[in-house]
Amino acid sequence: MPTKEEIFEKIREALVEALGVDEEEVTPEATLVGDLGAESIDFLDIVFRLEKAFDIKIPRGELFPEDVLTNPEYVQDGRVTEAGLAELRRRVPFIDLTEFEKNPVVQDFANILTVADMCRFVETKVEVAG
Amino acid sequence: MRWFWIDRFLEFQSGKYAKAVKNISLAEDHLHDHFPGYPVMPNSLVVEGLAQTGGLLVCQYTGFQEKVILAKIPRVVFHFEARPGDTLIYSATVENVTEDGAMVKATSRLGDRIQAEMEVVFAYLDGQFQDKMLFDPVVLQHMMRILRVYEVGCDAEGKPLGLPPALAVPPAGT
Repeated sequence: MPTKEEIFEKIREALVEALGVDEEEVTPEATLVGDLGAESIDFLDIVFRLEKAFDIKIPRGELFPEDVLTNPEYVQDGRVTEAGLAELRRRVPFIDLTEFEKNPVVQDFANILTVADMCRFVETKVEVAG
Repeated sequence: MRWFWIDRFLEFQSGKYAKAVKNISLAEDHLHDHFPGYPVMPNSLVVEGLAQTGGLLVCQYTGFQEKVILAKIPRVVFHFEARPGDTLIYSATVENVTEDGAMVKATSRLGDRIQAEMEVVFAYLDGQFQDKMLFDPVVLQHMMRILRVYEVGCDAEGKPLGLPPALAVPPAGT
């Protein structure tokens, strides 16, 4: 049963290998796209590594709720609606949406995911020690 | 198109592992330009051979139902140059498969020395490409037969591999 620190270390290792970044760059506050330079195909790579590192399954849409962000029911004029934000809060409670909610432009969503969000996500999938 | 960068498969365990051989010959035109007077196998073509070994392994596992593309090479390391007369043995192991793609680790060996090591991510093209064809099934079938997959291949239970329905070609005139 891993501790929170062990989860962070494994995620850091996965991101170093997938993104070719230095260990020091992978801080809890770092955003995957903006700070670590992740591109869309890198997320597939990252999911493979997280699944293997933690022996978990990450179904499509669980870490990145693309289906919500492309659903006309939740998006209008390129912005996530109130109903959409409620759906995001339900679907991805591990992501801190505070900043995004102020100006919920769909194309900005990919930029908000941080390493800390990813740690919280993994903590929902494995039993955490302590 | 003659884009074969492996000569044949030696082993092929569906969804798990494949081993292929690449004999490097001075008869290959490109070696005379790479480089004049000093022929070495371009590393990019070793990468292609490793990707073909792993890519066909993934394609076969999906029953040729997915459009498998090389999406990313997170890591590749070359330890020495491969030269005419060398026989490289490429091994590919499936590390993970999901509904979106697969991760494969591959090595190139010359005798007991590791010549290259590579990680490769394959992605399946999604719905918007459903009506596009990457490979003609006849060409793919031909390729798999030439590479002798169906002579050495086995499924998860160790039974010989059969031709998948997606590659079955109706007899001429039907």
